[in-house]
Amino acid sequence: MQRRAFVIRRILLLFPTLLAIYTLTFLLIHATPGGPWSQGEKPVPQVVLDNLNKAYGLDKPLWRQYVDYLWNVLHGDFGPSFTSRSRTVADILSATFPVSLQLGLVAMAIAVVFGVSLGLIGAVRHNTWVDYLSGFLAIFGISTPSYVVASLLVLILASKLHLVPTSGWDGIGSTRIIIPAIALAFYPAAVLARYTRASMLDVLTADYIRTARAKGLRSTTVILRHGVRNSMLPVLTVAGVVLADVITGSFYVETIYSVPGLGRYFVDSITRRDYPVILGTVLLFGAVISIMNLIVDLLYPLLDPRIE
Amino acid sequence: MSTATAPATGALNAEAQTSQKAESLWSDAFRRLRRNRVAFVSVIFLVLLALAAILVPILSPVKYGDQDYTAITQPPSWSHPMGTDDLGRDLFVRLFFGARISLTVGIVVQFVILLIGVPAGLAAGYLGGKVDTLIMRIVDILYAMPNLLFVIIIMTFLRGVLGQEGSHGALVDTLSTVDAKTGGLIGVYIGLGLISWLTVARIVRAQVLSLKQKEFIEAARALGASHWQIMFRHLFPNTIAPIVVATTLGIPGAILYEAGISFIGLGVIPPMPSWGLMISESLDSMRSHPYMLIFPAAALSLTVLAFNFLGDGLRDAVDPWMKR
Repeated sequence: MQRRAFVIRRILLLFPTLLAIYTLTFLLIHATPGGPWSQGEKPVPQVVLDNLNKAYGLDKPLWRQYVDYLWNVLHGDFGPSFTSRSRTVADILSATFPVSLQLGLVAMAIAVVFGVSLGLIGAVRHNTWVDYLSGFLAIFGISTPSYVVASLLVLILASKLHLVPTSGWDGIGSTRIIIPAIALAFYPAAVLARYTRASMLDVLTADYIRTARAKGLRSTTVILRHGVRNSMLPVLTVAGVVLADVITGSFYVETIYSVPGLGRYFVDSITRRDYPVILGTVLLFGAVISIMNLIVDLLYPLLDPRIE
Repeated sequence: MSTATAPATGALNAEAQTSQKAESLWSDAFRRLRRNRVAFVSVIFLVLLALAAILVPILSPVKYGDQDYTAITQPPSWSHPMGTDDLGRDLFVRLFFGARISLTVGIVVQFVILLIGVPAGLAAGYLGGKVDTLIMRIVDILYAMPNLLFVIIIMTFLRGVLGQEGSHGALVDTLSTVDAKTGGLIGVYIGLGLISWLTVARIVRAQVLSLKQKEFIEAARALGASHWQIMFRHLFPNTIAPIVVATTLGIPGAILYEAGISFIGLGVIPPMPSWGLMISESLDSMRSHPYMLIFPAAALSLTVLAFNFLGDGLRDAVDPWMKR
């Protein structure tokens, strides 16, 4: 009963969080000098400006715009885009977010496989050269930004070796996903490796591991059945945050490899002051991050009954 | 090395016995850090880089923006150790001017973070109740805010405000001057600081929560110390070790962020170089002139790597119970 109340409370907390994010973003973008129409080389005539503002409701007082947009969002209408006149924000989000999501999920799979194994190997072969090598690889992954990885991969795999195309997007079944997915997976893999190693080292010194060894279980059984299972809990927390980050798209990777995802679109919308696109994207990002945190929090007690 | 430093260590130990425990923690930590070879090499690398960054405007015959039209896109040679770009600018010189930008960002952002994060964490942990709830709600909300967006919006906002003509009081004018001198990066300092204090606040709060039950806090309260005194005189000094570690590990994050924003073209204002900007400028001619990409990318990675190694080393050094 108490548990259920906790779950409901956590879900209800999503709304004030999103409202606060909306409010903060709204205030910030409207406090920023310049508007969506002042981008071209030539100044736009005042009459045109007035008409544009009127057409998009920008002539209304700020509080009115704030309430109106909120009201529309609650009814599923994220408004028109200022810069691509024929598309609504909902169109843009539903066209670009799935691309980033697919790419992100593939990258996450790569990151989990490589990151967790690297961390586990490091912990099991603690203080040997294998551990040092895995530690170095992990810290290297954290220190190398995705745009450097992506550029180097394009340079080596595409330009020099001609193994894969140099840019573009064809869905997950195509070889075009290789470079962006690896570039995107680099950092999360490194983060997961570090957390896995630390957590596994912690677990391997626990009393129940000593007991398991003492009763004569094979080393692999001890490590896989007793060690890995228990060490994955703290890793899960990080994985949730990392996953939220990865599926919302990376501006860098998507720009370098011309992937039509959300990350690339989003930065453009900020520089062009495309208010509805900014607000829609921020709300989507905020929802994804909050929901990920919620899922992790809810999974936690299921995986470890000791946690209330 | 051990024989040469033995007397010094002995002296430190003798001193530690007579003085307070806090000092023995630091001399102890320093000794452990010095034994960590990777961290030690990182410190040397960073010190050399900082020296080069400080001295480059004095030592270099050319400036970062100087163009030599007789030497365009030259591969590395004796006169241009890292080659030149398509405008004939010496990449070696630009790299070290870029180091100034990166190191400044890394350090200044940490100051902003400490300025907000430490008091917020102290207040949340020590005062508890409504203050705690309020601060932690703000932390949760900012955690759910996309960082890149937040920084870019704050930057655009500040750039708009600072770029306006005329005088707007001493503060704005000072900020404008600083902004012009640092390649237009004040928005990055402030924006990044405003979104990155969350972790430090959480660390400080967690420390304070466990410390405030201790006897020495009770004793301070019994002696009539004010909340203010307890927070900053008694609690704060005991949270310094984790703060130092978090701050060191925060530097590489800030450096990468600035490079990323400059890579997009929203950060440093050209012709001022930044490693991120140099990397993005190299992309067009990457295939024919890969050296333009390799050097700034290597500089960025190595610097970030060194700070990460140093941070890891510091963490191990101040936390002797950590398992190696």
